[in-house]
Amino acid sequence: MAEARTPAAHPSRNWARVRRAGLPYLLLLPAVLFELLVHVVPMLVGIYMSFKHLTEFFIRNWGAAPAAGFGNYRFALDFNGAIGKQLLESFGTTCEFTVLTVGLSWLLGTGAAVLMQDPFRGRGLLRTYFLVPYALPAYTAAITWEFMFQRDTGLVNTLLVKDLHLFRTAPFWLIGGNSFWALLITAVWRTWPFAFLVVTAGLQNIPGDLYEAAALDGAGMWQRIRSITLPQLRPVNQVLVLVLFLWNFNDFNTPYTLFGNVPPPQANLISVQIYDTSFQNWNFGSGSAMSVLLLLFLLVVTAVYLLLTNWRRRSSDA
Amino acid sequence: MRSSRPALLTLAVATALLASACSSSGGSGGSGGSSGSAAGTTLTYWASDQGGSIAQDVKVLTPELDAFTKQTGIKVKLEVIGWNDLLNRILAATSSGQGPDLVNIGNTWSASLQATGAFLPISDDVMKQINGTGRFLPGALAATGAPGQPPVGVPIYSMAYGLYYNKAMFQAAGIAQPPTTWDEFVADGKKLTKSGQWGTSVEAAQTPENAHHAFTFAKQLGGSFYDSSGKPTFDTPQNVAGIKRYVDFMAADKIANPSDAEYSNGTEAVKDFATGKAAMLLWQSADATLAQYGMNPSQYGVAPVPFDAASPSGPNHVDSIVAGINLSVFANTKHKDAALQFMKFMTSQQTQMDLNKAYSSLPSVSDAYGDPAFQTQTVKTLQSVLANSAAPMPAVATESQFETVIGAAVQNLFADAAAGKPVTDASVAAQLDQAQQKLQAGG
Repeated sequence: MAEARTPAAHPSRNWARVRRAGLPYLLLLPAVLFELLVHVVPMLVGIYMSFKHLTEFFIRNWGAAPAAGFGNYRFALDFNGAIGKQLLESFGTTCEFTVLTVGLSWLLGTGAAVLMQDPFRGRGLLRTYFLVPYALPAYTAAITWEFMFQRDTGLVNTLLVKDLHLFRTAPFWLIGGNSFWALLITAVWRTWPFAFLVVTAGLQNIPGDLYEAAALDGAGMWQRIRSITLPQLRPVNQVLVLVLFLWNFNDFNTPYTLFGNVPPPQANLISVQIYDTSFQNWNFGSGSAMSVLLLLFLLVVTAVYLLLTNWRRRSSDA
Repeated sequence: MRSSRPALLTLAVATALLASACSSSGGSGGSGGSSGSAAGTTLTYWASDQGGSIAQDVKVLTPELDAFTKQTGIKVKLEVIGWNDLLNRILAATSSGQGPDLVNIGNTWSASLQATGAFLPISDDVMKQINGTGRFLPGALAATGAPGQPPVGVPIYSMAYGLYYNKAMFQAAGIAQPPTTWDEFVADGKKLTKSGQWGTSVEAAQTPENAHHAFTFAKQLGGSFYDSSGKPTFDTPQNVAGIKRYVDFMAADKIANPSDAEYSNGTEAVKDFATGKAAMLLWQSADATLAQYGMNPSQYGVAPVPFDAASPSGPNHVDSIVAGINLSVFANTKHKDAALQFMKFMTSQQTQMDLNKAYSSLPSVSDAYGDPAFQTQTVKTLQSVLANSAAPMPAVATESQFETVIGAAVQNLFADAAAGKPVTDASVAAQLDQAQQKLQAGG
């Protein structure tokens, strides 16, 4: 009886297995499609554009733009030319800016999170208060800083020059060498609450008995931070630093809102540089080529970073 | 979550691709139909910011648009777009094919936007259809595209640069007449500069203002930024001298406040003049904005912009660009007839009178000058400048890039001047050289 049923039962059981196994993929399908639409397709289009000589003559029908081969890349990497040189300089500025912003934001965020770890009156209020810069829209935050940094009417100079008499003549913050620091201050102000948020969450996972044991052994506060808090936070920090790095390296809103479309050379970040090439000089091909180069650079940095940190974690776990 | 710019950029372009793929299938219609059938359609119109604030523009334009709807039954959806965004919005609309039906453009962009093919060419037939043949001022009509090609818009507001001066401050300093040469301008400026008050104010971080002045100042010395074949020639001694003269107001003559080097939104220099912080201002059709900042027309006079030497002649007799706003129809509009009716309305005698009065600009059609509002001394001065001594900005496809790179170069020089760094012939030439390399790289 059983033998007689097998030929008929076999395909249907197979089908059931396929259905059961296929269901997750089916459920994933919308997400995959949207991922393709939102991320992968635009990225591929960008790469395609970077091999085209796409200028104002072709933006209306840009399929007709002539092929450029690697011309756009050669042009972006020609460091003797005006644009290549500027790109290289802005790359240097961006690296400096990113390292400082990530470092300071992490330091501030971690410091504040550690100080907020033990309960005290008003802790909830302060924690919420610290998150305000992160909750503000980027434009609102940056434009407020722009007002404060203005030379004649800004709050910063009113405080430094009129009230504290630190300078004889009012310094410029939005042009010249100080513009880099103005940009850094604004970026750190906007970024550190995120570091604070993530580290605060990470701290909740550290078992309290570790600290109790350390206190019994007579460890001071620094020793506890160094030997318990930081090692325990390592997985959190690994992701946090990477995310902060990627965000700030690509940050466009802050410099664009502070300085407009022509940033001072000292604070010329690479994202604005790419924007200028694309939209001000109407050269979308080279703009895309620069974007692709930026993408490659960030991919390499991310890969190396993950390899290094994972290898270190594995070797320290072993 | 913050999004990264390159991703946004590619996303925008990909959207443009999808949109253009969708629209190319069904976008060829839109012609034909009598004017009667246009009633009931809705046009989308992007207006430029002419009134000093977007709210002010909406207030000025809405009654006119209502009158148009009453006349023709065509509704108009208005969006006023600030100057910092307008060109980008037009570019985005061009690449996606999804734009408004009509748009205002700065007339200096005409040749650049003409090269994209985004706008409907105004052929002789179209000109007849909008009742425009022979009515437009020749100078204003010249700034609607490259020579020898059908224009891609019609002028609606015309403007010219003038020297605005504060009468009371001139009197207090014992200056009887407004300066007519730059030597006089600087000498007067020094007399007018004292604590809390500067000889002149400059919008030193605004790209178009810088580019316009660079063009005029260089032109007065015989300089030119393009040769006859359309190749850029930025780094000539005349161009260097012209730009240096402008930047020297801050760098060497010290008649402009170093803080002006931050002025970028296109109103701060005007505000300084209106509020008595500066005695002179080189600006185009500033009355409406000055009134907004509370300055009474009786408090200031308007004279032509000074020259290199007294009463020059020939090609150096230039003291303004042909400034103004054109109205263009997007080539892939689905409501061509309605759009042309709107164009006809906007260039009609009555609308020209109403709008140019409200914006203190000059009508672009000759039959609108009958209104007494255009018989004032200010208007007559600017009208004479526009008719006799204004030169159009270079009508080349790279004009908008030219404005961008030259504007940035002058901005950098002003930043140097503000920081107390010397501005020399060499440093100006270096900036110009870099600007030209960027321009050529873009083309």
